[in-house]
Amino acid sequence: MEQIFSTLVNGLSLGGIYAMIALGYTMVYGIAKLLNFAHGDIIMVGGYLIYVGMATQMPLAAVLLAVVGCVVLGICIEKVAYRPLRGASPLAVLITAIGVSYFMQSMAQIIFGSAPKMVTVYDFGAVELFGATIQVSSLVTLAVATVVMTVLTLFVKYTRTGRAMIAVSEDNGAAQLMGIDVNRIITITFAIGSALAALAGLFYLLKAPAVSSTLGAMPGIKAFTAAVIGGIGSIPGAMLGGILLGMIESVSYKITAIAPYTDAIEFSILILILLVRPTGFLGKKRREKV
Amino acid sequence: MKIGNFKLRHYINYIVIGILTLVLGTMSLTGTRFDNSLLFLLEKVAISIILAVSLSLVVGFLGELSLGHAGFMCVGAYLGGKVATLLVPMLGNGPLTFLIALIAGAGAAAICGIIIGIPALRLRGDYLAIVTLAFGEIVKSLFQNSSDDSFGGSLGLETPRYDKHYLFILAFLLVLVTLAVIQNLIRSKHGRAITAIRDNEIAALASGTNVTKYKLLAFTLSAAFAGVAGVLYSYSNYTVQSAKFGYNYSIEILVMVVLGGMGSINGSILAAALITWLNTKLATVLTGDLAVLQNLLYALILIVIVIYNNAPALKGFRDKYNLGALAEKLIKHDPARVKDDKAKWDVVPTKISMDEILSVDLVPQDHDQGGSK
Repeated sequence: MEQIFSTLVNGLSLGGIYAMIALGYTMVYGIAKLLNFAHGDIIMVGGYLIYVGMATQMPLAAVLLAVVGCVVLGICIEKVAYRPLRGASPLAVLITAIGVSYFMQSMAQIIFGSAPKMVTVYDFGAVELFGATIQVSSLVTLAVATVVMTVLTLFVKYTRTGRAMIAVSEDNGAAQLMGIDVNRIITITFAIGSALAALAGLFYLLKAPAVSSTLGAMPGIKAFTAAVIGGIGSIPGAMLGGILLGMIESVSYKITAIAPYTDAIEFSILILILLVRPTGFLGKKRREKV
Repeated sequence: MKIGNFKLRHYINYIVIGILTLVLGTMSLTGTRFDNSLLFLLEKVAISIILAVSLSLVVGFLGELSLGHAGFMCVGAYLGGKVATLLVPMLGNGPLTFLIALIAGAGAAAICGIIIGIPALRLRGDYLAIVTLAFGEIVKSLFQNSSDDSFGGSLGLETPRYDKHYLFILAFLLVLVTLAVIQNLIRSKHGRAITAIRDNEIAALASGTNVTKYKLLAFTLSAAFAGVAGVLYSYSNYTVQSAKFGYNYSIEILVMVVLGGMGSINGSILAAALITWLNTKLATVLTGDLAVLQNLLYALILIVIVIYNNAPALKGFRDKYNLGALAEKLIKHDPARVKDDKAKWDVVPTKISMDEILSVDLVPQDHDQGGSK
């Protein structure tokens, strides 16, 4: 019973992190129609910025620095690498995104060295709940992720900018004709996605207090998997996919026999889901026109 | 130069590689002892060329991004290495063992290619890229967690040693085989079907191209040759470790294809040789923390080349100062290179704006080219 409860909490908090990263992928994909491969590495940059900010000994200041830094970085990446390619073939954009991801990883390694940096942001300790020992940081992660996702859903549904985002993702050309500044919306999307990635970086540091240049690579790929499972372009889909993937990972780690194959299992599930439902669970079917 | 139907530029790559193999091979067989590091470099160059040319079939000609090429190579390396290890006590460490290992490795990789090719039929672009990436990670993880007596687990698989003075000759002969198969495929009607799918899948389908067949064909063939490269790798390296075949290696192969120019076989060959040579040179210069500068270089190559070649805003600049003009001239009439057609298709707007409706000429002009889009 305690086992089940702790697995559940771990899965949910991990799922919350995946969902937050997946939101960044899915929003950028929905609006700019590009797969931002560099998104995972923004998590890593967020982690390093927290490490730098912790020199002040103020966790809140460090987190603020990470969020602001990542937002600026996200906007810069979009302006420098993706904007020149707007209207070019999707393959070209995808390869550039991979280049950007690679660039950031090597840059981080050059600046901070290849050895991981240890950084303890804040020790929340642990509590006993229903007989299971639960890390408070997991609960904090879960709470923050829930709040962030609720706020984001409300933002997209009820604000002018949020509705403009939906409009752009549904029909770029028509949105432009209605007077929406598409470039501005894309910039805002990148900013929001990067801020979420910075928060995800924080939560990773709360789980395991070390940051290295590849911190974001695997979570990034997995969160993208989550976004695809949920249906890329769909905000509730990203949340669903993230939580689902987090639960699968947490359960798989608990079963000793299959624990080493966790990554393989997650990716196999991705391939299976794509085979059965190529647009994910909540993705819209898009018929291609000539 | 043209003698009858024979066009020199169509065969220039066979001739150059063939002469190189012949000269170095004769020297090696007649007793010239080459430096071990040179032999190793030659093997690595051959492996890279096979990888780049086979990936080029999927990325450059079929127009789908595969991020799991190292995964196919991994399957080939493990299966080929294992078969060779099992056969050496029975058949000896000769060309026959090598051939059987080669068939086993290429066959296993080809089967994986079919398995990945099937979702590829339903998925496109970004989704497919992520499936191939996932495949690469699955393969890596499976071999990493294999038991010690099957595939050596995380320690890696020990493979038989082969005389280095012969291996590079075999490697270059395999490069020629790869070229013969892939280049001839691309220049045949099947190749035109594959490039037609790249340029416009729906139009290709409407004109009666069997999209399913050709996509599977391209994927399977590309995977099979990645498997061949894998078997060569296992022979050249003595040990096969799954960690080597990660995402980073797939990207390195992709860099070769992009640097060489997508849709150009000769470009891929040159870029593969250049990058492999550069890798070995840089590995001696950049040690320790500096080694990462190499990755930085790849990243910059990818970004700069792709933006330069594809940015709509730079189109005027590209036409004016065509840096590749010389290369273009050399391969101008190469049917393998459907020159600039991609660019033409891409500027055709999917939705016609108001301005264009108002500015349409009643006399049909260049617009015809976009007619089928």
